[in-house]
Amino acid sequence: MSAPTLTREPGARRRGVTQRRNLGSHTFLVLLVLYFALPLWWLIVASTKNINGLFTGTGGPLWFDSEFDLVANVRQLFSQNGGIYWRWLGNSFLYAIVGGVGATVLSVLAGYGFAKYRFRGRNLYFAVLLGSVMVPLTALVIPTFVLLSDMGLTNTIWAVILPSLLSPFGVYLMRVYAQDAVPDELLDAARVDGAGDFKTFVSVALPLLRPAIVTVLLLSTVATWNNYFLPLAVLSDTKLLPVTVGLGQWQAQSTSGAAGSQLWNLVITGALISIIPLVVSFLSLQKYWQGGLSLGSLK
Amino acid sequence: MTQLATVPTGVPAPTNARPRPTRTGGIDRARQRHGWLFVAPFTLVFITFLIVPLGYAFWMSLHTKTLAAGEHFSGFENYTRAFTDPEFLHGVAFVLRFSLVLIPIQMLVSLAAALVLDNLSSRLSKFSRLMIFVPYAIPVVIGAMMWGFLYSPRFGPIGEIFGMFGIDAPFMLSPDNVFAGLLNVVVWQWAGYYMIIIYAALRGIDTSVYEAARMDGANGWQIALRIKVPMISSALVLIFVFAIIGTLQFFTEPQILRSVAAGSIDASFTPNIYAYTLAFSYSQFNYASAISFALGVVVFIGSYVFLFLSRKRNGLS
Repeated sequence: MSAPTLTREPGARRRGVTQRRNLGSHTFLVLLVLYFALPLWWLIVASTKNINGLFTGTGGPLWFDSEFDLVANVRQLFSQNGGIYWRWLGNSFLYAIVGGVGATVLSVLAGYGFAKYRFRGRNLYFAVLLGSVMVPLTALVIPTFVLLSDMGLTNTIWAVILPSLLSPFGVYLMRVYAQDAVPDELLDAARVDGAGDFKTFVSVALPLLRPAIVTVLLLSTVATWNNYFLPLAVLSDTKLLPVTVGLGQWQAQSTSGAAGSQLWNLVITGALISIIPLVVSFLSLQKYWQGGLSLGSLK
Repeated sequence: MTQLATVPTGVPAPTNARPRPTRTGGIDRARQRHGWLFVAPFTLVFITFLIVPLGYAFWMSLHTKTLAAGEHFSGFENYTRAFTDPEFLHGVAFVLRFSLVLIPIQMLVSLAAALVLDNLSSRLSKFSRLMIFVPYAIPVVIGAMMWGFLYSPRFGPIGEIFGMFGIDAPFMLSPDNVFAGLLNVVVWQWAGYYMIIIYAALRGIDTSVYEAARMDGANGWQIALRIKVPMISSALVLIFVFAIIGTLQFFTEPQILRSVAAGSIDASFTPNIYAYTLAFSYSQFNYASAISFALGVVVFIGSYVFLFLSRKRNGLS
């Protein structure tokens, strides 16, 4: 991105400048990559060390130790507290998939309804919904906790899953997309052929909505997977925690606890394993989310 | 800041919902009502987990619970208390200062990265795009923890890195440095996500505009600053709004780093941490609700006003 020097003659300039600019740009990118990858590199290296190696390793914090203990760490994850780590990971999957799929189904139905039907109160409702996108969801955690506890639902999986079904932004995205992607003429034709509303939706609209569905599914799954405040507030049974909250507890315990209860190597290895599924899905589903993230700015 | 994940590039256009006339409209009015059937399942969740908790938070905030008198109506007492409570005000001041510094840095980093990536099509640039984005796929909890380790004088590399320059490493979570320490964590976590949104917007620009500009003698910098940036201003406005919403409800990162920060992050560090502590450590649910609700209202009004003021730029007018 270095600015081209304007004094040279135009013909000879172009190539030299492009190359130099590219060199500058690429240097900038390499620096960015180093910065963004540094914590990941550290995590990978650290997950191969045992608890002593973490503090007094021979290779320093950014290089491997003389002992390679990744396997031992993973094994210890299976034995620590009866392998509770894997239970946390399973819980995270359960919450993210049920919450994500549920939120997507509700968003697709509602977005389609908003886009293709002119029912009474539609515009008012949609305006309220758009306003709700700007309500900070953490402001809802405490009242949600009290309500769930009145219903006797705190400390159950439903306390995490049910609130995760809410995705006003998903509805907004589906509506914007469905408006243009599903032509009214096609719907009319299906109706003339005698198909009911729901059948028309399933056979005509759904296939056309696929790109937006993938995007909403990805966004809502990630949101549930990453959620921390809600499960922290509504769950107290260790067996129900998602991996984010579970590791947070181990980390806090390691800081405050005596040497014997320090689980640094487990926190680190557990963190590494827990990020693999999402990182891999993002890398392999590139073409879906890269197209999808621009959906919202279609307008 | 987890909630940002559900709200990427969207344009929350207030009431722009004028329907195009559909052919079925006049013929089959009964059918239009069936729209409610599609909207109904979402409505149930929307009411139960958004409208009701909001209303309930407001109701709770207007009441006070004491051992002697039970729960009784106390009007705006909780709010008066909040706005004279130094701990709450301290937290509010912190998140405001934090957003003021964070958001410009974050937007500059993501904009610069997106503009550079938009100019290149090399293999390195594709790889960089992914690497810069990867932190978005990592839960905020894990991101904060990793930086907590990296900052740690006991087993982080920070001592080595500063040692190369012959300087003693600062402890990034000491009371003086915790602001910068958190700033770095948040930029790392979110800049890639914003970068992808800006990048997608840049890719949507018709390239013939650049050709025309080049004919007129514009150089790369001029094209970037005078053509590209204005053309993606709606994406920038929205990123800004979502960054504000996210930062004011700052919770996860300081909560996670609290245990390793040796006292520089206290129980009222941000309004959300304060509300959490009041509710779950002191069972002061009413007062905590007042703080949550006040925070929600401030964020909501703030972002609405901002969208309104910037409506020419964000294309929502």
